[in-house]
Amino acid sequence: MKDRIFRVNLTDMTTTVEDVPESWAGHGGRGLTSTIVAAEVDPTCHPLGPKNKLVFAPGLLSGTVAANSGRLSVGGKSPLTGTIKEANGGGTAAQLMARCGVKALILEGQPADDKWFSLAVTPEGVTIEEETELVGKGNFAVLETLSTRLENNPAIITIGPAGEMKMAAANISIKDPDGGIRSNGRGGLGAVMGSKRVKFISVTPGDAKLEIADPEAFKAANRTFAKALVDHPVSQALGQYGTNVLVNIINESGGLPTKNFTQGQFEGHEKISGETMHDTIKERGGRVKHNCHPGCVIQCSQVYHDADGKKLTSGFEYESIWAMGADCCVDNLDHIAMADKLMDDIGIDSIETSVAFGVAMEAGILEFGDGEGVCRMLKEDVATGTGLGRVIGNGAGSVGRTYGVTRVPVVKNQAIPAYDPRAIKGIGITYATSTQGADHTMGYTIATNILNVGGAVDPLTKEGQVELSRNLQIATAAIDSTGMCLFIAFAALDNEECLPALIDLLNARFGISLTADDVVNLGKYILKTEREFNEKAGFTNLDDRLPEFFYNEPLSPHNVVFDFSGEEIDTFWDF
Amino acid sequence: MKIKVKLFAYFRDNRFMEEFRDYPKGTTVGNVVDGLDIDREEVGVLMTNFRHTSFEAELKEDDILAIFPVVGGG
Repeated sequence: MKDRIFRVNLTDMTTTVEDVPESWAGHGGRGLTSTIVAAEVDPTCHPLGPKNKLVFAPGLLSGTVAANSGRLSVGGKSPLTGTIKEANGGGTAAQLMARCGVKALILEGQPADDKWFSLAVTPEGVTIEEETELVGKGNFAVLETLSTRLENNPAIITIGPAGEMKMAAANISIKDPDGGIRSNGRGGLGAVMGSKRVKFISVTPGDAKLEIADPEAFKAANRTFAKALVDHPVSQALGQYGTNVLVNIINESGGLPTKNFTQGQFEGHEKISGETMHDTIKERGGRVKHNCHPGCVIQCSQVYHDADGKKLTSGFEYESIWAMGADCCVDNLDHIAMADKLMDDIGIDSIETSVAFGVAMEAGILEFGDGEGVCRMLKEDVATGTGLGRVIGNGAGSVGRTYGVTRVPVVKNQAIPAYDPRAIKGIGITYATSTQGADHTMGYTIATNILNVGGAVDPLTKEGQVELSRNLQIATAAIDSTGMCLFIAFAALDNEECLPALIDLLNARFGISLTADDVVNLGKYILKTEREFNEKAGFTNLDDRLPEFFYNEPLSPHNVVFDFSGEEIDTFWDF
Repeated sequence: MKIKVKLFAYFRDNRFMEEFRDYPKGTTVGNVVDGLDIDREEVGVLMTNFRHTSFEAELKEDDILAIFPVVGGG
């Protein structure tokens, strides 16, 4: 089936299916969402107004049998940062959308009245229907209702109450193979979907299949690629302990942001660690390994049960556990798991929201360590949209501004994730220069700063950090275009067969002849396209800075500050 | 000399989580790893006193040595 552009105009309720413009043909995933947003969205528009667009794009390899290729990119102008935004997540939507022949799905305009709608995507196009039953409902109720209402087990893309209320931390949720939830988490794209008044999107490909230009070559490349992934020891550790294996190692390095970024180590680290989580899951009969999308060979996800042996949450990630744990000083894994489940149901980013709670604790709204209080406030305030709930739901920066807190860990108003940039300096360069606000996944220097993957660069010195972040940000932008999970990067950095096999997969899929240089150039093009959008939206190099306190509050145990000058940070863009 | 040795992930299986252990002067990080019957190939990260170190580094009294297998996440 030929890939096409599916477009939905919510102002006049029309849908079209268009040929792919020549200049978009080589793009997928993040490369395509950013290309389309840059081409069609006025950078100065209000992110929640009719001029913003919400773009969904499966990766270039999504829908094929290529291992780990099931990430769906969503892009638009972010209501949290005001920058261009791409957030990608797992679940079943990328693969089914690709099988429908969707190169990209573009939502534009805005309904004039206050009705809600759902969209149904099939290979024939998109249909729009009014939705009443699920308005105001949490994501789990949406999935449950739709599992009986809709036939043929479609992929579901949905927003919870946070998206409906247009909170700047609202995410977009995607059903996973077991009816759990994966999130396109960062930057408030759920609020953009809410502003278009679309509650959910179903995707049903029927028997439609992708065309592969050279099936034999594709199969051979996939064998090599999957083997490189499976054989890498990091993949194996991810399967056993999940991403949460990082709590102890980042704590040991002195870079685990604790108590709203006032310490680099957390006393309760062992209680919330991957090791403890692994033992608890086994003891309670949960699942240590779980795949967030079909075809994943790493299986870093898991199913976490409560003390009674009932499922509490799944996809219980390091970032969420750090943020609700160390950053809020909550050392009870069950409280963190409950908060994680509530945030999945409300449809709100578990990094942004938890960091917002850390700032709220500093403001005295709750005591540090009060996990039950957090769960109560999520249910009573955030889910229902009280004044306080909306202040928290609009993110860490919103809480800081409302309560006059000066220690607010954000860049371009997006919360800083689980690595302190004073003790792990490479990631500070990524936070500062990312086109999308603070985001570790944009250029994961932790691999080389801490984990000794792809070489070793001392986390505590400035040397080599800008170059490290630059190389990783370029590579990541390219990987984010393929639909591949970013965790392929561990194998790609260490195994010399991995990246060529990935390029072979792309070539066999499309009958083209990309080289490694083309892939690097693709990454550079994406970063520059995104930056140009931000410049037109009013951002300058002075926005590529960390908050003041990182420069003048030393972090224990190393007693270090972030000491890059503005000029040094700006050299990031010398390419 | 007394060294606090901390093990992580599956290195803890049939060993320990953390222990104060006695070693003779001049003991290297690699000696400790070998003495615990840990395959050097499986070691991903070594830290003494919260900083990265190497198998060759010599330990000193009261050092905290952390031994991690190859791990990742994020």
